Amino acid sequence: MASATTQEQENRAAQETARRRARYGLFFWLPAAWLAFIVFCAVFADILPLQPNEEMDFTALAAPPWEAEGHPLGTDAQGRDVLSRIIFGARVSLTVGVTATAIGMTFGLMIGLLAGYYRGWIETGITLGLDTLLAIPGLVVLLLASVIFGGSLTVVSLSLGFLLIPAFARVSRANTLNFAQREFIVAAKAMGARDLRIIVLEILPNVVLPVAAYGLVVVAFAIVIEGALSFLGLSVPSPTPSWGGMIAEGRETLGETPHISFVPATVMFLTVLSFNLVGDTLRSRLAGLRESAL
Amino acid sequence: MRYLAARFVHLLAVLLAVTFVTFMLVNVLPGDIAYDIAGLDSSEEEVEAIRQEIGLNRPALVRYAEWLGGILTGDWGHSFRTGELVLDAIMTRFPVSLELVLLAQVMALLLALPLGIISALRSNSRFDRIVTVGGFFCLSVPNFMMAIILIYVFGLWLDWLPVTGYEPISEGLWINLRNFILPSLSFALAEWTLLARVLRSDMIGVLQEDYISMARAKGMPVGRILWVHAMRPASFSLITLLGLQVGALIGGSIIIESIFALPGVGRLLIGSIFARDFMVIQGCVTFIAVAYVVINFGVDICYALLDPRVRSAKSHG
Repeated sequence: MASATTQEQENRAAQETARRRARYGLFFWLPAAWLAFIVFCAVFADILPLQPNEEMDFTALAAPPWEAEGHPLGTDAQGRDVLSRIIFGARVSLTVGVTATAIGMTFGLMIGLLAGYYRGWIETGITLGLDTLLAIPGLVVLLLASVIFGGSLTVVSLSLGFLLIPAFARVSRANTLNFAQREFIVAAKAMGARDLRIIVLEILPNVVLPVAAYGLVVVAFAIVIEGALSFLGLSVPSPTPSWGGMIAEGRETLGETPHISFVPATVMFLTVLSFNLVGDTLRSRLAGLRESAL
Repeated sequence: MRYLAARFVHLLAVLLAVTFVTFMLVNVLPGDIAYDIAGLDSSEEEVEAIRQEIGLNRPALVRYAEWLGGILTGDWGHSFRTGELVLDAIMTRFPVSLELVLLAQVMALLLALPLGIISALRSNSRFDRIVTVGGFFCLSVPNFMMAIILIYVFGLWLDWLPVTGYEPISEGLWINLRNFILPSLSFALAEWTLLARVLRSDMIGVLQEDYISMARAKGMPVGRILWVHAMRPASFSLITLLGLQVGALIGGSIIIESIFALPGVGRLLIGSIFARDFMVIQGCVTFIAVAYVVINFGVDICYALLDPRVRSAKSHG
């Protein structure tokens, strides 16, 4: 008896959380607004009334935020405007984050759909390939790629996108498996639909949404990895500002002028956190939708 | 047993593929390594002789086969830069990386176990929500950023711990350990969140089982129920994740070891990447991949030991 009531309570509590998490609350709108703001700044960086990001202001070297006139977020050790560099750095982070995720998602979806639908030797082969990719430390591949081809937006986006394929393939495969045995697939097969038609028209629409929600979390991950690369000086070459690079530059004088590292670090943290929060809300929302649709 | 045997074959195949892929990747590195070794003012003959000597003029596949044979017999080649034997170079640095990764995982577990279990016991309470939200914040701090924050707070501001450097354990346990606290924390403060999340959701499932209600009904203390009856079935995903995280930690140790100047495998690897010392790169990547694969095989064995159902169910399926 006791177990039945606790179970009921647990169920009710679980439904309650599901409902609360599915509601687009403050933890959804605040980060979404921040992302919109960052994207806006990055897109219109050329038009916005900013200090030029490469110009050195020798009257204000390493000025803390709010103290030097015209530099609301201060300047770095060479007198360059931190606000302007952060906004131009956002271009790098967002471009890499979005492009790499798009590449990983496209190929990962295709591979995952094939592995989940056909099973058999195709699945075995694909799993072997994915496990291989996962066993090579990703950062090593990225480091090698940027040493071989030189660090640039294209190289970083492409190699990171390649490394993101296994994760997307796994998620897509798991979602495909969910649907591949369902009645509507069996029905489509019975009607004589070709495999390609079933995959594209029946399975893909069901799989693409949860995978896309996962994609937002991956954008956060990609931004972190790009940050790590530019922190090591292996992403975009030096005069171009990037968040990781700015954090690394402030390391030398962390004790005297911590703002050079911490201002870009805060912006990067808020952006990554926002992608995580928005992605997670959408994901649980979608999971709720699917369950209620059953 | 058949399940483990199948996993073993699979992992061997993965290892073979990993070594092949890295060998090919490293071999497209630009610049002729023979010129680097010979030096600037060397004649074409000298360069050619070096090429002969290290076998650069033969097909890549042949070199791969030879190199793989060497790996299996313990001859990992030597560094073109320092002449050091690759296997020796890795083995002298491996304990540093191992200590870093182990300490990081222990710290992460120390945070994750209590927080995850209490969150499961009082799911949807204020405590649970604070842990969830706090987890999101921690997860959004990249490890290099965490390292900078820790250096600033504990190294420069409070001046409690050394910021860089390494002392061997022969200098004393504390002298050795204090250099590892900040690097390990840089990992642990992010890694605990995933562990706690997984433990929480598994634990909630287990706590709803009948035998837990039974144990409660007969008046068993909660602590005993948790440790004796609930922990084992609730720890499967936790163990898998611990294994997978080691992979991420090894990758991350490249950057953390550089920041804190710890002489580990990660720092050896990044140094040789910049210097295009490709025998060392290959050796390090192979070593890391083997470690990763062995750890995940260990995870599979843990599965079989912890849950008799896995042994039978998976070997039939």
